[in-house]
Amino acid sequence: MQKTFAKWEALAIVVIAAVGLVVIPCLNAFLPHSSPFYISDFAINLWGRYCCYATLAMSVDLLWGYTGLLSLGQCLYFSLGGYMMGMYLMRMIGSLGQYHKSIPDFLVFLGWTKLPAFWVPFASFPFALAMVILLPATLGLVFGFLAFRSRIRGVYFSILTQALTYAACLLFFRNNILMGGNNGFTDFKFMLGFDTRSYSTQRGLYIASVLFLLIVYLGFKWLTATKLGKVQRAIRDSENRVLFSGYAAANFKLFIFVLACVTAALAGALYVPQVGIINPAEMSTEKSLEAVVWVAVGGRGTLVGPVVGAIFVNALKSWATRAFPDSWLFILGGMFLLVVLFLPRGLVGLVEHAVRLLKRAPEQPPAPSDPAPSAASPPPPAAVTRLPAE
Amino acid sequence: MTHRKHFILAAEGVSKTFDGFKAISDLNFYMDEGELRTVIGPNGAGKTTFLDLITGRAKPDTGAIKFGPLGIDLIHMNEYEIYRLGIGRKFQTPTVYTDHSVFENLLLSLEGSRGVFATLFSRVTPAQRDRIQDILKIIGLSAKEQSKAGSLAHGQKQWLEIGMLLAQNAKLLLVDEPAAGMTDEETAKTGELLLSLAGKHSIIVIEHDMVFVRQIATKVTVLHQGTVLCEGTVDEVQGNERVIEVYLGRKHQRN
Repeated sequence: MQKTFAKWEALAIVVIAAVGLVVIPCLNAFLPHSSPFYISDFAINLWGRYCCYATLAMSVDLLWGYTGLLSLGQCLYFSLGGYMMGMYLMRMIGSLGQYHKSIPDFLVFLGWTKLPAFWVPFASFPFALAMVILLPATLGLVFGFLAFRSRIRGVYFSILTQALTYAACLLFFRNNILMGGNNGFTDFKFMLGFDTRSYSTQRGLYIASVLFLLIVYLGFKWLTATKLGKVQRAIRDSENRVLFSGYAAANFKLFIFVLACVTAALAGALYVPQVGIINPAEMSTEKSLEAVVWVAVGGRGTLVGPVVGAIFVNALKSWATRAFPDSWLFILGGMFLLVVLFLPRGLVGLVEHAVRLLKRAPEQPPAPSDPAPSAASPPPPAAVTRLPAE
Repeated sequence: MTHRKHFILAAEGVSKTFDGFKAISDLNFYMDEGELRTVIGPNGAGKTTFLDLITGRAKPDTGAIKFGPLGIDLIHMNEYEIYRLGIGRKFQTPTVYTDHSVFENLLLSLEGSRGVFATLFSRVTPAQRDRIQDILKIIGLSAKEQSKAGSLAHGQKQWLEIGMLLAQNAKLLLVDEPAAGMTDEETAKTGELLLSLAGKHSIIVIEHDMVFVRQIATKVTVLHQGTVLCEGTVDEVQGNERVIEVYLGRKHQRN
């Protein structure tokens, strides 16, 4: 039996879970707005979204960092999950829309008087949730089956994933597929009977997002430690050897690909009620590329890396798009270049390096007795500990 | 063609063309069970292509490749199906999982679960641990058990890959240039190892190093331009005029 968790890691997870799931929601719910420890509703909502991004990034990393499959279309599955949840949320608007009809506004606008058949079952939350999982899983299964059976690898696989996202994006822009077209779905009102516009519902969604992120983290942690996880990394490092060791590499890749698609889709389904909108722009290729940048910046091939990267880059984005609205893409691109050139293991690699240096330091005669690694730690821990402050 | 019962491998009339280049042309190759066969030949003779055809990495244009007493046809099978019949292959350049430990490399090669869901819930049994320890002893890497395979020296990687074939417990081992990049001492040890495996396993060794060939070979097959030039003992082969011609220059070509 391998040791799955180092002691410090288990402790860190417990602390982060306690802070994320209990402390922060309590500070938001029970403190007066004047208190210095009060966490604003805006921050809760922001961090809920960050957690969805982080989960999406983990699904990218499961493919890229652990299996060597660089998917440039992971936002497709994220968006599909979001759209399925969006359909449920649209149905829950009922007749409270602008036109006060029992069908969603955009359908009224398109001249429909009756709900199209495929919209009917989406009034049921369990059905919508099942579709959140099944639709992306089916797409991933079909696409993955065709790609892996034909032994499409490396950059060709990446290009295909991107092409698929682009095609889907163009498709969802069309009005005649009855998915809201250009504007997508918005103006949500209720979810499971709760008002999605209320702060307490948003707090609940935030908690669900943190919880889901934790579940995915622990699940991937377990998965990558199994023999399947070893085969997965073996495929990344030497697919030929895997084939010539009797493993049907394509089946393993397919399983992992579908798992990553479903993970992204569930993250998307949690994301949509928090931002209150889903439209085809979420499927555009640059969104998927951004998710890849998060993973690269955080540190691919690690589980913490994508989480750190997603939160760090998005926090930076929130700030930079306000401070330098015109330069954000240059900052993002520049950061990606820097990471690729100088930090192949991302911020996590940088921390590991710093920790190694610090461990070595005390052996030298003038040992610095200050055991505060936080002083020398670069951004990632800062990004994590900023949690309550935001 | 009359079939004897004990062929572990029989290739008949096999041809393979790559972009107009005849890599293998009407090759006939028979091998007895338990035999240790050495295949030599100049560069481009088709040695590695031959292994590719056996292991399913490439498909022959014509001919048949049969495996084992049942004469299972390998041509329509893919790499992992052929592996599961008990045919293991060591590549020319050592191919190991560089990011995994030596132990994990062997673990992934052990017989046993190969399915997606089987691997998801499989655990390392004490018997597997013992088996891996035995193999580590045989290949002399006990001290390196927890080292990453990528950190091993070239020769050690070659040994690890041979160890991975042992872990598989293959009936037929295909070993492509095992002595490449090894010191003389390592080469000799590799030879001893292969000799000790012969009998229990059938082995095809592809090699350039004639000292090594002399050490291990009982029967040598010489390939030239994709077909068998001659077969025999090392001395017979080395004395064969056509072999000398192929290796030392083509004196008739200018005429």
